[in-house]
Amino acid sequence: MCTTCGCGIGQTLIAGHALKQPRKPGEVMRYRVHEDGAALAHPHTHQHNGLNGVFNGALDFGTGAAGTHAPGISQSRMIKIERDILSKNNDYAAENRDTFSTHGIFALNLVSSPGSGKTTLLVKTIAALHGTLPIAVIEGDQQTDNDAARIRAAGAPALQINTGKGCHLDAYMVGQAMQQLHLQNHSLLLIENVGNLVCPASFDLGEAHKVVILSVTEGEDKPLKYPDMFRVADLMLLNKCDLLPYLEFDAELAVDYARRINPKLKVIRISATSGEGMTEWLDWIAEGCRNAVTAVKRSAEPKILLE
Amino acid sequence: MHEMSLAENVLQIIEDTAHKQGYTRVKTVWLEIGQLACVEQASMRFCFDLVMRDSIAHEARLEITDTAGQGRCAQCSIEMPIAALYEACPKCGSYEIQVTGGDEMRVKELEVE
Repeated sequence: MCTTCGCGIGQTLIAGHALKQPRKPGEVMRYRVHEDGAALAHPHTHQHNGLNGVFNGALDFGTGAAGTHAPGISQSRMIKIERDILSKNNDYAAENRDTFSTHGIFALNLVSSPGSGKTTLLVKTIAALHGTLPIAVIEGDQQTDNDAARIRAAGAPALQINTGKGCHLDAYMVGQAMQQLHLQNHSLLLIENVGNLVCPASFDLGEAHKVVILSVTEGEDKPLKYPDMFRVADLMLLNKCDLLPYLEFDAELAVDYARRINPKLKVIRISATSGEGMTEWLDWIAEGCRNAVTAVKRSAEPKILLE
Repeated sequence: MHEMSLAENVLQIIEDTAHKQGYTRVKTVWLEIGQLACVEQASMRFCFDLVMRDSIAHEARLEITDTAGQGRCAQCSIEMPIAALYEACPKCGSYEIQVTGGDEMRVKELEVE
């Protein structure tokens, strides 16, 4: 576990049950040998002895990585990898994105610092959209089922992912959660990420858009302090705008800072409490959902013609 | 802050490649981390050592090459070095700077046997 921030693995829970890890703990050591001599979780039928291959009782010096052997010369060699560190996550994200586009699901990844009002905004959004389209929610928090319970009370199916010590959701966790949620065709999926303006920026979940929520009770310069998140988001919701008369928060300046990082960033001023800006936000969601459904129909058209 | 997950991903790449290339020990790992990639090198080194423990890379040396941030102004098209994401174009003052380099996080090369 990281002693800086507490990031770690092995404590992730989905709806209270342990997340099935893509790599089981034993597999880490697949090249080591058990105390009883059996190879661990490794498809090879032979054992590595650390030096050379042993096949059917014969000692073969030509099975090393270099395929040859000279006394005193190491089999050490260089391998070009050139792979993005997050390529595995990106593969899982591509699978999720594929599921979304096949089923016409409009998926949003909501990111912010803790306390920006994400869950309240989601509760109001679900209430406003009630009866118009199917909605499901994936909630990410380090601990507790509180947020998912609030969402369920608002009338939408919700699944809680507890990341344990982890500071963000990743595409694999979301893929597992999607399977348990039984997502409906032509629906809206809202993913509330762990409250953290740093780490979730790097992890693609397969969403159509990242939506960053900044509340007016925070500092105007947050976009400059945490630029990565504002750079990768497509929409910023400036939340708790009903409090502006009581604060010294300069909303223009906050938007200006955010657009310095991301000139194309769309901004909606909103208040989940007073309802200000809710129509614009709901219209934006409705348009996204329509586009997701249209894309499915369009991709299905050639097939229909062929049949 | 997410360096632990990144180190886990590095291990996964090492293990996947070990499968294909048939090596049993990793001696050196070269990473390329851009200065705009939101990765703390000290934290990455710390997490790398923890994550590689008990793996085929448990004695591996970590070499990090860092690449400088590069940007291109969408208004006047000049290329410039950038140290932060909110810098303005030194020529026209626009903030429409597209990052063209320095945000990568890659496993470049491995020395194995």
